[in-house]
Amino acid sequence: MSLVNYATREITCKIVYYGPGRSGKTTNLHYIYGQLPEGRRGKMVSLATQTDRTLFFDFLPLDLGTISGFTTKFQLYTVPGQVYYQATRKLVLQGADGVVFVADSQTRQVEEDIESMQDLHANLGEQGVDARAMPMVLQYNKRDLPRELVLSVAELDEALNFRGIPSFPADALHGSGVFETLRGISELVLKRLSAPASAGSR
Amino acid sequence: MPLDSRFRFENFVVGSANQLAVAAAHAVAESPGTSYNPLFLYGGSGLGKTHLLGAIGNLATQLQPGLTVLLGSLEELIEELHGAIATGQMDRFKEHYNRLDLLLLDDVQFIAGRTETQAEMLRLFNVMQQAGRQIVLTSDRPPAEIADLDERLITRLSGGLIVDIGVPDYETRVAIARRQCEERGLKLSAPVVEELAGIDFTNVRELQGALNRLAAHQALGQGEVTPGSVRALLGERSVAQRTFPGRAPSADGTSAAPEENGEFHSFVFGLQSAVAPHLDAWRTRLTESITYWHELGYGTSMLERALEDPGEVDIEALLQKYEQGIAALQRLGESVEGPLARSDPFRDPERIAEAEQIATRMRHAPPPPGPAPELTRASFEVSASNQMAVRAADAVAESPGTRYNPLLIHGPAGVGKTHLAHAVANSLAARRGGGGVACLSTPEFVDELIDALQSGTVEAWHARYRGVDALVLDDIHVMGGKERSQQELFHLFNTLHSNGRQIVLVSDCPPRELSGVDARLRSRFEGGLVVEIQPPDRALRQRLVRRALTATGGVPTPELIEYLAGRPVADMRELVAEVGRVVQAAARESVPASLALARHELEGVRPSPGALRATATGVVDPFFMDAEKVLWDWPDLSGRAIEDLR
Repeated sequence: MSLVNYATREITCKIVYYGPGRSGKTTNLHYIYGQLPEGRRGKMVSLATQTDRTLFFDFLPLDLGTISGFTTKFQLYTVPGQVYYQATRKLVLQGADGVVFVADSQTRQVEEDIESMQDLHANLGEQGVDARAMPMVLQYNKRDLPRELVLSVAELDEALNFRGIPSFPADALHGSGVFETLRGISELVLKRLSAPASAGSR
Repeated sequence: MPLDSRFRFENFVVGSANQLAVAAAHAVAESPGTSYNPLFLYGGSGLGKTHLLGAIGNLATQLQPGLTVLLGSLEELIEELHGAIATGQMDRFKEHYNRLDLLLLDDVQFIAGRTETQAEMLRLFNVMQQAGRQIVLTSDRPPAEIADLDERLITRLSGGLIVDIGVPDYETRVAIARRQCEERGLKLSAPVVEELAGIDFTNVRELQGALNRLAAHQALGQGEVTPGSVRALLGERSVAQRTFPGRAPSADGTSAAPEENGEFHSFVFGLQSAVAPHLDAWRTRLTESITYWHELGYGTSMLERALEDPGEVDIEALLQKYEQGIAALQRLGESVEGPLARSDPFRDPERIAEAEQIATRMRHAPPPPGPAPELTRASFEVSASNQMAVRAADAVAESPGTRYNPLLIHGPAGVGKTHLAHAVANSLAARRGGGGVACLSTPEFVDELIDALQSGTVEAWHARYRGVDALVLDDIHVMGGKERSQQELFHLFNTLHSNGRQIVLVSDCPPRELSGVDARLRSRFEGGLVVEIQPPDRALRQRLVRRALTATGGVPTPELIEYLAGRPVADMRELVAEVGRVVQAAARESVPASLALARHELEGVRPSPGALRATATGVVDPFFMDAEKVLWDWPDLSGRAIEDLR
């Protein structure tokens, strides 16, 4: 997909929120959606089950208006976390410009976090994408939970952040850390604008 | 270093920080050497020291035009000093500086630790101060802080006036920004200018740079710059948040405007600041390309328009197209070669059609004028008087461009110089081919140049001549006083000569006697071989006459040849003309050319009709037999007239 289209003066970024089931990916999108000013509020597409579990994916188009003469649009996607939606995850991941890995900070979930991280790398590899070249940030969600239930940031870094990418503690439910994460990934993605390969279409 | 006319007092914004410095500088400029000597200005970089220095120089020369002013940096002075020492010309150096009325020396802080320069400066100061000449110095620090400065120099410097120039305050910054806008026709609203001036720039250059960025942003069709966007555009986001917390909502949303949700705006705002420089990368790229090609002398209007056009631009395709255009132009340029390849249409991909036209025209351009075909070497009579010139000409024809280049033939009028030159040109033309031989007279040369100038095709004219294999230029003595022609000939000469092309020049006098011709041309004319053709001797004249007479088919009598060769004519041309007259007269009378006819035609001596009649052959035109018209048909009368004369 095209990141910067100089011909039509458009920037379009696809950012995928990845992570294990129930880590709070959709919550992130919901919070962002809630913060949108009335005029900018598009339609959030959410295909969820009765129990509000993401069945297919969430899609939130973000119209950021005109930046330096470029119409800038972000498309935020979430993947279904549950293991058995592998095919959907692959589909959503296709053509992503950046990935936010939303990890569950709870101690008992760390295995699932690691598994999902491996799954992400496997899927990227399958699509021929070099995971090291893919803009990626980590979000340690659910920092609002009692301290005894969650791992410290350092411990989570130890377990998940082997590449030293930017990480953000967050409480997606109440919104803290959500926009920081989004800004983190946006800046990483947009850094690629200056790379020659992205000057045309990709 | 010449004085920069942009540095004037009128365009120097005076504020509290530089008031004293400006007043002192003004006083010094008005009466150098009397008020503050030396004047020492110091202050940080980009605060206007050099501007003031230039302003002093400009005002001083404006008030006293005869003033010897030198504006330079200390580095330049040191370089000059070293050069003088190296070449052993210290005296000249000293003399040069001792003659100055006003010495403006920039950046003297670099004198630190240079003892020999300090000694020289000290000596210079003494001389100049004693003679009442003004010295103005600038530095980024006061004299006492310049490391290792000679005590004596410090006292000398302190003896005048030491003034510092400070960082401009807010009001001065506004004034400077406004003045800059005015001078450069930038349209920034007053609040924007004030906002800009509100930023704590440490010097004026930074302020100017920021102003340029805002102006560029606005000019590039990014819309009006608003006071709120000033700092973001300048990458001063943190300052903006500190100074105007209300305008830029912080990430925690506490200072969010009530009607709008803070976090999203903060996010977008932050993103804009982060993205803008990246997005401007294409602009930067385009600008870089423009600068690059512009440096190389190519027209870049095509790219410039893309920069201004806010519509759809595919920069990759555009640059590719542009570079393809350049490549095509270069190919075209090669096909026309010479200076024309560097003319405007060959420097702008947008004018490629024009360049193509020129190239096509060049391919079919009329060749330069060639030699007259009838003036051949075979028809040139050789004798003792022109032997040398003929040999030289033969040598040139045999090995053009190598033996005698240029060959300059001189001699009085009508001795066959032109004939010989054309003969050489004919042999060369027969020999070579390719570029052809240009053979023309100087008046023609000048006329062609004037025509080319008039029609703006000088480049084509150049190319036409610079491509020839040989140039034969007649009558170069008339070049005198025609400066442009001389200049063109000079360049043409150099081009041809360095390419080993033969040049043959014809003049009526030796090169050193050519009046009104530039010495550089004269010396070049003498660089090859200069030969003289003497006035023709009698044997040559006889040969010439015989040749001319036999050419008409008759058999000339020895007396006639003798008579004609002995005619008191100034030159060969006249002689040939006289022979021509005789031949014509003979044809008119339908009689063979004879001595009597010649004498009648040339001297007005009337031949006796009998003599005429006796030699008449064939049918005589009855007109001439008309008794009423032809005097000599009346034998008695003419006989009596001759009798009377006797």
